[in-house]
Amino acid sequence: MTGRIFAALRTLPASGRIGLALVILWLLIAALGPVIAPHSPGAFVDESVFSGMSRELWLGTDYLGRDVLSRLLWGARYTVFLALGAAMLAVVTGTSLALVAAIRGGWIDEVLSRSMDTLTSIPSKIFALVLVAAFGSSLVLLLVIMAVIYVPGNFRIARALAVNLISLDFVQVARARGEGTAYIAWREILPNMIHPLMADMGLRFVFVVLLLSGLSFLGLGVQPPLADLGSLVRENISGLSEGASAIIVPAIAIATLTVGANLLIDALKPGARS
Amino acid sequence: MSVAGRDIAAKEIAVEVRGLDIAVHEASGNRIPIVRDISFAIPRGEVLALIGESGSGKTTIALALMGYSRFGADIAADVIRVGDMRIDKMSRSELTRVRGRRVSYIAQSAASGFNPSRTILSQVIEPLLVHRLADRKTAEARAVELFASLALPSPETIGSRYPHQVSGGQLQRVMVAMALITEPELVILDEPTTALDVTTQVEVLKTIKLAMKQSGATAIYVSHDLAVVAQVADRIAVLKDGTMCEEGSVEQILNAPASEYTRSLMAAAQPEARPDAQAAPDNVLTVSSITAGYGRIRDGMPAKPVLRDVSFSIRRGAALGVIGESGSGKSTLARVIAGLLPAAQGDVMLGDEVLPRAMARRSREQLRRVQIVFQHADTALNPAQTVREILARPLAFYHGLKGPAADARVAELLDLIQLPTDVLARRSSELSGGQKQRVNLARALAAEPDVLICDEVTSALDTVVAAAILDLIDDLRRNLGIATIFISHDISNAHAFCDDLLVLYAGSVVELVSRARFSEGLHHPYTRLLVDSVPEMDTGWLARRSAADAPAIARDAISPALCPFLPRCSQAIVGACDTEWPPRRERDGQSILCHRDWGELRPSGHGVQGRTTVMS
Repeated sequence: MTGRIFAALRTLPASGRIGLALVILWLLIAALGPVIAPHSPGAFVDESVFSGMSRELWLGTDYLGRDVLSRLLWGARYTVFLALGAAMLAVVTGTSLALVAAIRGGWIDEVLSRSMDTLTSIPSKIFALVLVAAFGSSLVLLLVIMAVIYVPGNFRIARALAVNLISLDFVQVARARGEGTAYIAWREILPNMIHPLMADMGLRFVFVVLLLSGLSFLGLGVQPPLADLGSLVRENISGLSEGASAIIVPAIAIATLTVGANLLIDALKPGARS
Repeated sequence: MSVAGRDIAAKEIAVEVRGLDIAVHEASGNRIPIVRDISFAIPRGEVLALIGESGSGKTTIALALMGYSRFGADIAADVIRVGDMRIDKMSRSELTRVRGRRVSYIAQSAASGFNPSRTILSQVIEPLLVHRLADRKTAEARAVELFASLALPSPETIGSRYPHQVSGGQLQRVMVAMALITEPELVILDEPTTALDVTTQVEVLKTIKLAMKQSGATAIYVSHDLAVVAQVADRIAVLKDGTMCEEGSVEQILNAPASEYTRSLMAAAQPEARPDAQAAPDNVLTVSSITAGYGRIRDGMPAKPVLRDVSFSIRRGAALGVIGESGSGKSTLARVIAGLLPAAQGDVMLGDEVLPRAMARRSREQLRRVQIVFQHADTALNPAQTVREILARPLAFYHGLKGPAADARVAELLDLIQLPTDVLARRSSELSGGQKQRVNLARALAAEPDVLICDEVTSALDTVVAAAILDLIDDLRRNLGIATIFISHDISNAHAFCDDLLVLYAGSVVELVSRARFSEGLHHPYTRLLVDSVPEMDTGWLARRSAADAPAIARDAISPALCPFLPRCSQAIVGACDTEWPPRRERDGQSILCHRDWGELRPSGHGVQGRTTVMS
């Protein structure tokens, strides 16, 4: 397995390597940020607000005079891990439902597919707004909401993949042998759709990062005193006219995270390698 | 401009290839030759056949004559000449002007070669319009002429139809029209009849041959089938692994093949009759009055019936051949027996036990006793599993074998199918077509079935490989006493291989005959048509076949209450065949579904001679 991963890395095109480096960088920051952060995220370290980059404070200060670097190192974990968790939850749920729908067919497929269509028809931001307004914002709720929003997209893709695979003879062979739904789903079908599913999960991850940042920007995401990348942009919005690093840095952070993930996904797509 | 020492030196050489090498470059920089040092010349107006198995480079060579290579392979040659054009010296834009105009290409599958959303006519005249050779009106007139010369029905109006509105054989002829419309100097035909039913193939071969002669074009005919090539080609080049084994006139290749490989190809194409199986007298599987199809079942009739009143039985260790063309219901029959498609009426009995119609209600033991080997070995093996995993599963599932016991049994199975143990760790993508089909077979054998259903197991394989697989199945059923249902479209192979033959036409059993009666010939008019349509390795066969009585012209509307073969039957009786369902006539070891009595039907020659040759 490890051998195959290394072999895959060696054939990765340059854009993919850049993407991989960015993704690894952000995962490290998310995991180790609090350890390496020079200050506490809530500590007021400077008299002046929106101060520029300096030898002491590399990325300057925010609208309250807190250290931007420390806040970024602390905040990245919410964005990265919430997005990763939500994307995984969405893919696991969507794919499981898709496999059941595709293998069982009939009314089960019909009910599941139409329910997913219904979910798709609700605009994602409004859906999130209503739920956050109703239940109040919490990290768990955010995770669940974002997973639910991205389940239908994954369900559609996974179901289409599974339906194609089910028509192949090896699934017929398994059926003729008398195998049950679980065996067919888990052993015959799933291993053959894992690559496109991983790509889809990467894509969902990017969507969730953007949605979460959007929600936080609207003040509905991660709540103070915690702050994710989107909240960092929002709270420093008044520094925009001055071109303060406090607003530019988190914006760049979001951009590099999503662009990096995108580059990596594109490079991993079958056929992308020359 | 002559090729030294050849019997064709006197004629004008229209196509010349010398020292052709084609190689692919791997990402790692390795250069892998796929075609090596090919040279040939074709006199004007003659047809050269390129014969070989898949992977022999026959299509690659043919495409090189258009200056085209697949997968970015590069072409190197001393000379590739078509008429006065040096294909090997041409730039990309020059080649674009040549392709489809002076060299045209007819692909194997017309169905995928046509755009389904445009009419036939608009696509046939496209080469003329693209190359600005004619205006639309002249082009259309020319197309209609070609349709007529290719014996297409209603040539004036057929062009306004869409590709799905004509039959496969007709579409293939339309493809020929498209290739000939620019009056090219060279036509490349790539297995143009391989995807067709044998009865359709005859008609298409006839028209292709005639049209080629009329147009005077030089042609390259790519095929794996020596008997087909014998009908249309003037010369044959035999290829193996990208090199040329031999080249010569059709007569020379067929009568006095110089290379060992050509002889093995010919031997594989002529199935030898197997001795009688020492089958036990007890019936292991009995199918009685099965009616099945697709869609909602109402009063025991499905909305789209595929099989009607099918009955037969098979003894332990015997082989039953189920013969029919595409759409006759042979695969549906396999699915009904296995329970994948529940029958609407009738019973499948295993010994004395009536099997539930639906698979879900059959016990694991009942499922174990009936195993299917599917046609497409490519898709029948899970690409994500290794051979070991594939073979171990039925052992665990049916016999509860695990650990060393399972390993030992897997090794035994590999031995049975004659594969080395190092395939165990491989996945299906790392196996050849023949190896895949052997693994496929081993998986079915792992269940230790009483009945083995082989659904066209050799149709996707090369002749030599297919012959080996057939031998293997034959040995296994004799040694293990497995009743084998051998579904095929190839009557000559089935005839040599099986103890009983069942001929399906449009879902009805039109003839059922046992080996004891083979010598008296097959009787039903459809069976005769099938037998007569199998090309023989003899250059005169097509001409003789053309002189034989042609089937009556198809009548369009056919009622389900009448004999399904009526529209194509040359022996239909007015007042009987067109008014009521034919009776089943039975005599010892043979039955037919026909209004004509035994004495009125001319049996097919001396049984099925298969591909009798002029070699003996």
